[in-house]
Amino acid sequence: MAFRTLASKKTLAAALGGARPLATRGVATFTLPDLPYDYGALEPAISGEIMRLHHQKHHATYVANYNKALEQLDAAVSKGDASAVVQLQGAIKFNGGGHVNHSIFWKNLKPANEGGGEPPHGKLGWAIDEDFGSFDKLVKKMNAEGAALQGSGWVWLALDKEAKKLSVETTANQDPLVTKGANLIPLLGIDVWEHAYYLQYKNVRPDYLNNIWKVVNWKYAGEEYENVAV
Amino acid sequence: MLLQMRGLPAAPSRPHAHPHVSAAPPPTLRGLRRRPLSRRLSKVVSYYGLTTPPYKTDALEPYMSKRVVELHWGKHQQDYVDGLNKQLDTSPFYGHTLEDMVKEAYNNGNPLPEYNNAAQVWNHHFFWESMQPGGGGSPEAGVLQQIEKDFGSFANFREEFMLSALSLLGSGWVWLVLKRNERKLSVVNTRNAINPLAFGDIPIISLDLWEHAYYLDYKDDRRAYVSNFMDHLVSWHTVTLRMMRAEAFVNLGEPNIPVA
Repeated sequence: MAFRTLASKKTLAAALGGARPLATRGVATFTLPDLPYDYGALEPAISGEIMRLHHQKHHATYVANYNKALEQLDAAVSKGDASAVVQLQGAIKFNGGGHVNHSIFWKNLKPANEGGGEPPHGKLGWAIDEDFGSFDKLVKKMNAEGAALQGSGWVWLALDKEAKKLSVETTANQDPLVTKGANLIPLLGIDVWEHAYYLQYKNVRPDYLNNIWKVVNWKYAGEEYENVAV
Repeated sequence: MLLQMRGLPAAPSRPHAHPHVSAAPPPTLRGLRRRPLSRRLSKVVSYYGLTTPPYKTDALEPYMSKRVVELHWGKHQQDYVDGLNKQLDTSPFYGHTLEDMVKEAYNNGNPLPEYNNAAQVWNHHFFWESMQPGGGGSPEAGVLQQIEKDFGSFANFREEFMLSALSLLGSGWVWLVLKRNERKLSVVNTRNAINPLAFGDIPIISLDLWEHAYYLDYKDDRRAYVSNFMDHLVSWHTVTLRMMRAEAFVNLGEPNIPVA
């Protein structure tokens, strides 16, 4: 699949996570979604260089390797090669998870001059107060769990769609939130892989976590919440 | 305890500091240096010191920049040292050697709180000594013979090391280890802080695959980083010394049958 080029992207491509069938093989392939803002639009919280590499290199590689693994899976299933099918699960989980997680992450962010960082209002705002005490307490909890996560991974604000309750979760590497519970819906995911902040924040992950709140798109999280919980 | 000789800081920076013994601290111990002058009121808060790589921080340029070494050693490794010392204040592992801590705190795969910091202190120290300016290329003599015996050829070994490094998903390490029971060299990768001492292996080379080890120099290009490590940084001199020690514990030759 072709990587997106340098130009900034204002439009959101085809529905995220949507797969389109590849006529010749019948295997679905996934595409790298465009960012709904320019690479430099989240500065100074996140530098344009980080956003460009993160999208064009890291996310694009997950998509490419996910498609490759799915193609191999298709071949293995056709051949009835059970052990190859099992062996591919690691690559599918990692690269598929990388695609799922980053697709959500881009929607979780928004330039500050377009409303990024504005705390949640409405029903999600109330739910946060109820489940965490206050918005500030939620931020502190996510910062603490994100900073304490060993190695690479994600910290999430999750909604349990059955219990209608919010929680903070962490996942290792590119494990998507659903690996923590089938009922969990991601409202907000923060990437704490070093590639997400190292060029700008170096070893100081807590500074990255403090600053990312200035560009969080709470409108998106609020809509997701209302879609599921209300 | 093969690696105890090596896994711990060398003499001046190897703190045998005991909280009840107020001997003059070695000058390199940052935590000790900062403690109050009054011995009666003082409390030692630092057990392990930050060891120093055996070369200048710019000596690995251009394959590993001064900036990366300074941050990696001076910030990341220092943070692990500080974190460990803080834990040891109240930890049952106080008084263990670093290597014992790395083995025991692994706790058969359910790591105890000290494991992450202890293993990362060990891993980084071992990593810096796995490299040298003007390193890389091919080993010689016995080390080369052993690699050829266990991997078929040096090129095969290099390829396997590279593949292992690239197939590690997320943060971690790639190692050349000597397997005790199989009595052969092997390439393994481990997640996050995990150290192959936990599996009874004897580490010979470690390469850090956390993004902080290469991101400023190579961005997402882990392949170029590993390739340059192999071609320009790995210290076959250190490897030779480590192999010699390892052979004191693992007999790599044919069994010696004593003549009656």
